[in-house]
Amino acid sequence: MSANRARVVVTGYGATTPLGGDVTSTWSALLAGQSGVRPLTEDWVDSVPVKFAGVAAVDPSEVLPRPEARRLDRSEQLALVAAREAWQHAGAPQVASERLGVVVSSGIGGITTTLSAYDTFKEKGWSRLSPFTVPMLMPNGPAAWIGLDLGAMAGVHATVSACASGAEAIGYAMDMIRSGRADVVVAGGTEAAIHPLNIAAFAAARAMSTRNDDPQGASRPWDRDRDGFVLGEGAGIVVLESEEHARARGAKIYAYASGVGYSADSHHITQPEPEGRGIIMAMTQALTDAGVTGQDIKHINAHGTSTPAGDVIEVQSVAKAIGTHPLVTSTKSMTGHLLGGAGGIESVFTIKALEDRIVPATINLANPDDGIEVDLVHGESRKLPQGDIAAVNNSFGFGGHNVTVVFTTH
Amino acid sequence: MAVSEQEILEGLGKIVNEITGIPATEVTPEKSFVDDLDIDSLSMVEIAVAAQDEFGVEIPDDQLKNLKTVKDVLNFIQA
Repeated sequence: MSANRARVVVTGYGATTPLGGDVTSTWSALLAGQSGVRPLTEDWVDSVPVKFAGVAAVDPSEVLPRPEARRLDRSEQLALVAAREAWQHAGAPQVASERLGVVVSSGIGGITTTLSAYDTFKEKGWSRLSPFTVPMLMPNGPAAWIGLDLGAMAGVHATVSACASGAEAIGYAMDMIRSGRADVVVAGGTEAAIHPLNIAAFAAARAMSTRNDDPQGASRPWDRDRDGFVLGEGAGIVVLESEEHARARGAKIYAYASGVGYSADSHHITQPEPEGRGIIMAMTQALTDAGVTGQDIKHINAHGTSTPAGDVIEVQSVAKAIGTHPLVTSTKSMTGHLLGGAGGIESVFTIKALEDRIVPATINLANPDDGIEVDLVHGESRKLPQGDIAAVNNSFGFGGHNVTVVFTTH
Repeated sequence: MAVSEQEILEGLGKIVNEITGIPATEVTPEKSFVDDLDIDSLSMVEIAVAAQDEFGVEIPDDQLKNLKTVKDVLNFIQA
């Protein structure tokens, strides 16, 4: 770790997920081992092979004022709800606009708007499109609306790397602070992709679970009977701040965002590389960046999506890059997979685990698959040790993107 | 069927409230959309589209920019 580089601290967090409309309710549900997955009741379910998803527990359009909600895509609504929670949680920092940034990403942006607007266009013509169609469908929309809401001028960005997008956003935000571009950056990920076309397309890639007779048992990372991921929606946002700025205003520090590592598999557009070389590289670089050793890492919030190929490769890579000792869990067993939102909510969960010194158990993990040596948390939540410890959030995306973020208590 | 000015005003008030959150009771004939109600140009497009659907009259873009007050819209719809 560079001695003269600004250290980055987490001073606030917010989330709206399939388990709850805020962090407190979501975290309680995770520790209670609840599933946020439910059967879909829309009339289009007959046309797709997957009939369940992790729908946001609290409809964001009911939380936001109606005039605001109607000009936002659902991915933007979710992001704004989570960002406002995070900002209030951080104590609404006093910071110059020129020193405030936003990095909030999604994997596929306002795709529901794109598709519904195209229907409107075909049926009623161009003049019936909302004048807000473009800002609703653009993938930088969530970041832009949050930036407007907070008056951020230091830079508003939206990194895109499929299911690694949210984690990449947090890494980019850390780099903004460490390079001196900003004192405070609001960062995370959002997604609202529960639409028949997305489900059909992921199903066509044979990536989704089709366990229609047991939706809440469908997301089962590392279990022998796993058959694909479960689509979820929501947003997770953190407030990152230079340690100096946070201490000067007397802010409560929940964790340090100490390191980030990036890599690309350069192997296949959707399939994981069997040896995990890219994943190992991302984790190794993140540890080096954080100035910690594998022994310091006590917990891993894994990518663990419940797909047959990816789950085991990830934990075998963990064993090689970090060791078999950390408590490993996949909260996707309860939230489903939020795609670009995953790195956002799972970073929040990693921070909560360090703050409360507890790791929520992976649910539906009845029979761990062969070839797994790491300590998977299942059955019940497990305690983390006191003292200075570190934890990892892994996120990987179609395209071969790998991002590892290291959070520490010190 | 002729619609009274009062009915149009009430309908317009509902549309403005739906789109901007401004109370319908503040939508009175003498008000300017931009200066008094603080409505931006994109919101005016939304209001115009909704008014077209509600009252069955087309409001071309080159006419829209001339509709500066609530009264202007009432007159256009009744014309």
